[in-house]
Amino acid sequence: MKAPPKRAGARAPRVHPLGDAAAYVELGRRLDTALNTRALRLAAALSARRGVREAVGAYAAVTIHFDPDVISLGGLVRLVAQLLREKSGEPLRGRLHRVPVSYDGADLEAVAAAVGLTPEAVVRLHSAPIYRAFMGGFVPGWIYLGPLPKALQLPRRDVPRTAVPAGSVAIAGQQSGIYPLPSPGGWHLLGRTKLRTFLPDSDPPLLIRPGDRVKFFPA
Amino acid sequence: MSGAAFRVEAPGLLTTIQDLGRPRHRFAGVAPGGAMDRFAASAANLLAGNEEGAPLLEATVAGPVLVAEQPLRAAVAGGDFAVRLNGDEIPNWCSFDLRAGDKLDLRERRAGARCYLALAGGGFGADRWLGSAATYLLVGRGGFAGRPLRTGDVLEAAGAPAGSAPLESLAESLRPDYTHELTAIEGPQLRNLLPESRKRLFKQMFHVKHQADRMAYRLEAEPPLEMRPADLLSFGVAPGCVQVPPSGEPILLMADHQTAGGYPVVATVARASLPAAAQLLPGHEVGFRRVTVEAAVAEWRRLRLALETLRPS
Repeated sequence: MKAPPKRAGARAPRVHPLGDAAAYVELGRRLDTALNTRALRLAAALSARRGVREAVGAYAAVTIHFDPDVISLGGLVRLVAQLLREKSGEPLRGRLHRVPVSYDGADLEAVAAAVGLTPEAVVRLHSAPIYRAFMGGFVPGWIYLGPLPKALQLPRRDVPRTAVPAGSVAIAGQQSGIYPLPSPGGWHLLGRTKLRTFLPDSDPPLLIRPGDRVKFFPA
Repeated sequence: MSGAAFRVEAPGLLTTIQDLGRPRHRFAGVAPGGAMDRFAASAANLLAGNEEGAPLLEATVAGPVLVAEQPLRAAVAGGDFAVRLNGDEIPNWCSFDLRAGDKLDLRERRAGARCYLALAGGGFGADRWLGSAATYLLVGRGGFAGRPLRTGDVLEAAGAPAGSAPLESLAESLRPDYTHELTAIEGPQLRNLLPESRKRLFKQMFHVKHQADRMAYRLEAEPPLEMRPADLLSFGVAPGCVQVPPSGEPILLMADHQTAGGYPVVATVARASLPAAAQLLPGHEVGFRRVTVEAAVAEWRRLRLALETLRPS
């Protein structure tokens, strides 16, 4: 695997303090699978370093939780620059999850109307791509998936629902996701899956991990 | 010897088993959790002769009434709660002994929001989830069956809970200053605030709103802070992060926070001020004093020195 080509004018990303025991490294500002791969790789490399308690990859950023008694912010800045110069090792080999969906969500008709398609076309478009699992967050077991086909991109609902059932398959912006727990939510509900994505008795407690791939199919 | 330590006669408003948090599972959306006031939790445990991270009780606003089931050594630290043993008040930030049948009453709060009860012999017996005994209310895991205490619950001791070493206390001068002025470091997206709001962030006082729990505190800004429109991708956040949503009313993230956020983070409360943040309640006023990372680390080390005085030499 070759190191990604340096873009013209690419500079070492800034490392911003996030308090006195965490730091935020922004690698880019786009929802982009290649950027996410860099972020997840950097997080994995940092996690193995002395003084790093946890490094969490996001869409295009890494948040580093560290022990300032072992490594200073300045030391982290040098470490990040060094790791980003190194050739990337293993390619990101995420698992592929095939997720069966009953496309009978409460918002399917409204989404179809909003984007000017039939519900059948919405289902076809949503279940066509193989999505990247970019990052966890929101609640345990939640994974942000994307990028969503452009024709389906809508802002979040104006009024979030106070209760969304677990297993709901939803979209918002460039993203899709599966609600792992009953929770409030502002995304558009396209359907539901019987697949359990929060696994409280496993470690880690989630089925789909950052870097994995997801293919929905109508059940 | 372990066995039953306390029977819960009254559970208090929100009493949970906590420790120093759940390591290395943020990537899975699992909050770090653990004690909101890490200093007081560590101090209570050290006073009781435990490791800092032993499972202990976090009481909120109105503490529990507990009856000792056997001879016990315990310690209380944190917010200013009246500590009553069989009706007589004993000092906070101290260890003490109980006989079987003694009644410990932590119902009355005078100041602050949270206090901690540690039990000698390695703390309370607790469910562990992903490397921590901390109660994670969102998913109902860890601590006492993943939930707050209820009347009639029986709390187990993890080890031999009676003490024979001399009783200990933490001198008043070594306790944290539970001020409402929190030290904070500039956040990565401070520049998203308009200049006037940027100045106000570190000058004005904010009102803690009713939505204030173990996940986050909503703060009221009068007038609301103003921002340039931001279209941020979500990223990992930390306890102490001050996010500003479009409403302009800041959100201060606490121990059980959502692990990722997409709102601008304009400041992060320093570790040394998180104990003071943990003692805030709805209705309190809170302000942020800007410090450098170096100053924040130094302040944390000063606070840690107080805990070092409690370690057996």
